[in-house]
Amino acid sequence: MNIVIPIKQVPETSNVKMDEETGTMIREGVESIINPLDLYAIEVGIELKEEHGGKVTVITMGPQSAEKALREAIAMGCDDGILITGKEFKGSDTWATSFVLSSAIRKIGTYDLILAGERATDGDTGQVGPGIASFLNIPLSTYTSRIVEITDNTIIVERLIEDGYETLQMPLPCLLTVVKEISYPRLPTLRGKQKAKKVEIPVWSADDMDLDKSKIGLNGSPTRVVRISHPRIARGGTIVKATDEESLSRAIDKLINFLQEKNLI
Amino acid sequence: MSYREVWTIAEQCQGDIREVSYEILTRGRALADKLGVKLASVLIGYKVNKEKIEELIYRGADKVYLAEAQELENFIVENYGNVLIDLISQYKPEIIIAGATTSGRTLMPYVAVRVNAGLTADCTDLDIEEGTGNLLQTRPAIGGNILATIKTPNNRPQMATVRVKSTRPLPVDNKRTGEIIRINLKPGLIDGRVKRLGFRKTEEEAVNIQDADIIVAGGRGLKKKENFALIRDLAKRLGGVVGASRDAVDRGWISYPHQVGLSGKTVSPRLYIAVGISGSVQHLAGIKTAENIVAINIDPDAQIFKVSDFGIVGDLFDVVPAISERLSAIKGERNG
Repeated sequence: MNIVIPIKQVPETSNVKMDEETGTMIREGVESIINPLDLYAIEVGIELKEEHGGKVTVITMGPQSAEKALREAIAMGCDDGILITGKEFKGSDTWATSFVLSSAIRKIGTYDLILAGERATDGDTGQVGPGIASFLNIPLSTYTSRIVEITDNTIIVERLIEDGYETLQMPLPCLLTVVKEISYPRLPTLRGKQKAKKVEIPVWSADDMDLDKSKIGLNGSPTRVVRISHPRIARGGTIVKATDEESLSRAIDKLINFLQEKNLI
Repeated sequence: MSYREVWTIAEQCQGDIREVSYEILTRGRALADKLGVKLASVLIGYKVNKEKIEELIYRGADKVYLAEAQELENFIVENYGNVLIDLISQYKPEIIIAGATTSGRTLMPYVAVRVNAGLTADCTDLDIEEGTGNLLQTRPAIGGNILATIKTPNNRPQMATVRVKSTRPLPVDNKRTGEIIRINLKPGLIDGRVKRLGFRKTEEEAVNIQDADIIVAGGRGLKKKENFALIRDLAKRLGGVVGASRDAVDRGWISYPHQVGLSGKTVSPRLYIAVGISGSVQHLAGIKTAENIVAINIDPDAQIFKVSDFGIVGDLFDVVPAISERLSAIKGERNG
């Protein structure tokens, strides 16, 4: 079973601190990591390989430094990495990114399954996974929470949707975007880390993939960011202390008043 | 033919139209009026309730494009995508809006790459740029720390998904009239590769936190799984559902569908009560559109108090039972 996993390197934003004066993110000391939601896809890929054989290839489009993310995935147990980099890719939106990654997967050639995280924690769009499936014209399951069964040519999956779980059957090759429920990502092993250090990571440019330059980077991106603003989210509400029985009782009075005023109870 | 018309994608489930379909008509109506064009709702499904279809018109649509077939009964992206792509090539809308639901967020990117459209996810605000008529799409990014406004200057259609519950449906106006256009499906649009084998509703207590009016959420401050009973009890008394922080989910105290925040669900309830949740940026980004936020936390410096409309600094193991007790006293008075 040959599996391809497109991943993204993102800033570690889960514990990000805000500058209270300016309302901007403090970027100092912010590390670049594998998109946390991609780890679940990587774990599923490695588990499937362990059970069915084959290999797992991770690919990413980004700056040269994104190579680190590929090596981290290899340290977890993936086999190969491919780095797609070059200034011509800069400014790619989800359309152009889907185009580039799907072209790279075409160039890889034979694959049975593509696994992707539900979305990246920085851009937060969740559009690239479905975009790749659409470009490749292969079946798609988004929000996949479980692989029920997989054979040489079909897969049965469950998807987590608004009010429950839906079961889909589709032929391979197909693309799944996965949610957290699907796996518990493992940590890199020492042996994996040693392998990751040594493995050679091919670097692909637009020319290596014969890409039409009008379809990549800013040129190939239908969307443009026109404005960035920093929302202030402080609401300046009432804060009361409940340190002993009396203040607790007063706090509850005030809370009940608040809820009644707002017609919430 | 030039690109005209604003479209919204209606969603149906077993013949019933979902609320989000009406919400996005409110967005679409405002845009269509600014542009002076027609607003159409696109409805793909099978045996959809006729009265509900008319309600699309009563709540803002000028037209309904209705594509019905047995194979379209359930959302399968390949089939729905093919139908929508075909409709786009035939009628050329300039704007298409869908709810940021699991199907909206699947269908829209699938279609956008095929029709060379610009697509923006999970918008909180939509407007028309003066002079150019371009759609201005505003959305939170980078953990909700910034708001980015995005446009698609050259490609048409311009596509966007918008947050569920971020607008209310327009009131029903029975006097509104409109056209229901039944689409004859061309052969070949049904893909057939993907089969839906079944569906099971989530078994636990109602966990559709995105549609909930009241959410009581617990975090690390609860200390252990069993203490979620306090949260469940308060939620039940308030007629709400249970939410959780990522910490609580990662510790295995409660399942992932309850998770609120950027790596879980974005919610917009009328009341959000955060219990023992310190308020990481990724959590706060998920509750930003809540109408009222109440926080209960022992740490007076917890970030959650910054975004609260009402906060109690105290031990949740004292505060929550005291609230529950008071609520049952009030209920007793009303009943007595």
